[in-house]
Amino acid sequence: MTRTTYREALRDALREALQREPRAFLMGEDVGRYGGSYAVSKGLLEEFGEERVRDTPLSESAFVGAGIGAAIAGMRPIVEIMTVNFSLLALDQILNNAATLRHMSGGQVGVPLVIRMATGGGRQLAAQHSHSLEGWYAHIPGLRIVTPATLEDARGMLWTALQDPDPVLIFEHLMLYNLEGELAEEAGAVNLDFAAVRREGTDLSLITYGGLLGKTLQAAGELAQAGISAEVIDLRVLRPLDERTILESVARTRRAVIVDEGWKSGSLSAEVAARIMEKAFYELDAPVARVCSREVPVPYARHLEQAALPQVSGIVAAAKRVMSHA
Amino acid sequence: MKPSREQSLAVLEQMLRIRRFEEKCAELYSAGKIRGFLHLYIGEEAVAAGVMPALDADDAVLATYRDHGHALARGVPAAGIMAEMFGKREGCSRGRGGSMHLFDVSRRFYGGNAIVAGGLPVAAGIALADKLQHRARVTACFFGEGAVAEGEFHETLNLAALWKLPVLFLCENNLYAMGTALSRSESDTDLCTKAASYNLPTASVDGMDVEAVWSAAREAVDTVRRLGIPYFLELKTYRFRAHSMFDPELYRDKAEVEMWKRHCPIATHSARLEAAGSIRPADIEAMRSRIEAEIDQAVAFAEAGSLEPVEDLELDVYARAAPSNEEKSS
Repeated sequence: MTRTTYREALRDALREALQREPRAFLMGEDVGRYGGSYAVSKGLLEEFGEERVRDTPLSESAFVGAGIGAAIAGMRPIVEIMTVNFSLLALDQILNNAATLRHMSGGQVGVPLVIRMATGGGRQLAAQHSHSLEGWYAHIPGLRIVTPATLEDARGMLWTALQDPDPVLIFEHLMLYNLEGELAEEAGAVNLDFAAVRREGTDLSLITYGGLLGKTLQAAGELAQAGISAEVIDLRVLRPLDERTILESVARTRRAVIVDEGWKSGSLSAEVAARIMEKAFYELDAPVARVCSREVPVPYARHLEQAALPQVSGIVAAAKRVMSHA
Repeated sequence: MKPSREQSLAVLEQMLRIRRFEEKCAELYSAGKIRGFLHLYIGEEAVAAGVMPALDADDAVLATYRDHGHALARGVPAAGIMAEMFGKREGCSRGRGGSMHLFDVSRRFYGGNAIVAGGLPVAAGIALADKLQHRARVTACFFGEGAVAEGEFHETLNLAALWKLPVLFLCENNLYAMGTALSRSESDTDLCTKAASYNLPTASVDGMDVEAVWSAAREAVDTVRRLGIPYFLELKTYRFRAHSMFDPELYRDKAEVEMWKRHCPIATHSARLEAAGSIRPADIEAMRSRIEAEIDQAVAFAEAGSLEPVEDLELDVYARAAPSNEEKSS
């Protein structure tokens, strides 16, 4: 085992990709000379040169579209968008081209593109740098949406994404970059298909992903002290959803709380709740509950931002409410 | 460089072929055989017919939602295009795309893109892949002048010039972005001036004169291939028909349309060839009958085509199917 951080694990994954896959290259705003807005790609320009670590102009639509074109024509581009908030400037390319071309061309045009971006709030960056829009992307057929929440996934998701014949969007929660822990020396590729049970429990299922896994595990710890055994599911892949893991867990625990940093209305949490209603309604002993961001643009002031985002206390309270149903 | 007699005859036949194909499409639309949006290329034939011979088989082509002419000129079989518009499985996009989304990767024809300017960034990326793989290929990207108002146009020209990407930007300026005249949407209607500000070579050519287009395209393709840089070529043209079959054409005078029709690229070119003694009326008749036979066959092929079973609706959303439960437990 070796001591590392989420950021370093991501960087090691990028380094491995550039070493092992000659068709891979990284491009995005400030990925080279600056070292990456969140310092993920620091040192890679020096190691791999300007052809393979490419600083782009502030032209999200052009460089995401260029990634799509390069993928179509035989390369394996890794595009970094500084944050999901800026990805909206490239939404046309992501939805109308990357997600659509294979089907619209009758199967002729595949887009093996990887797009990485930071998501989420918690650093007082205010409304234009703090939103969690991965749930929107999970709405779109043709995309695979993954959310590494652990060091293993930060290290291993990129390589698997690079082997995928279709576009994969990797959402890195900005509060995770400094996450520290132990990682096996031989850590490598991980599956991009299945959710993971991060803590086993019998009384209720806490279903979450990405940046909120830590808070949810913490809440499970507090619940254990109160005598409640909570299972924690890390969805890992928001599209296509691993419905089976969710339903199996709910069938065991008969109660579910979904924890999602997106807004509640029309969200991924709504999708998960709906699937449980559709396929496990008669297994339930209590209505499904949700802990989501409050329905405001994320504000700057620390106390307001904290109030807007899901917190451990809110998860614990929601779990206890669900448990109070006979 | 000017086209040889054979080349001149070939572009004439190509223009006649596109014209007749489009007339047939309009007919079939009225008959209810083709549905959805249908954008005809009538009047603009000299652009695709004049540009395409300058490209090699290895070069890539991207077009817009008005893409029948480009597909035909690139060599996509008329039968596959017609079957596509009939929504048949034998269509060049298996009936998933329709008129606006013709694809044929075997001919490096990367489709009609129906988001204005949406194809430009992709073209830059295809050219980037060629550059990184040290292939002296050209990516030809057609778009209308309406695209010049889009951010993707400016972002892509800048990126292509900055990174020296071998893209030929082909701006088909037919003066109207759907119903909005160029002068009502651009602060400066000289599109070459705008493009040139990104530091790439530009040229403008009479898009109703197929010989001029042919020569300008040769020059442009040669520059892109030789120097490995982007190039902006404006083709001044005009669409004789409505924007789409739904367009009542309230935004332009009939007199204006009639004036432009007097510059019909097919009439101009055939008159020139006849005056030079390069062609006789009988030769044109022979072309017309070849074309008629080809289009009749295309329609018959489309009629005889099969419908994709609805069970296959979700094919080709992802290349790999979702894993089974057995895979999970293993």
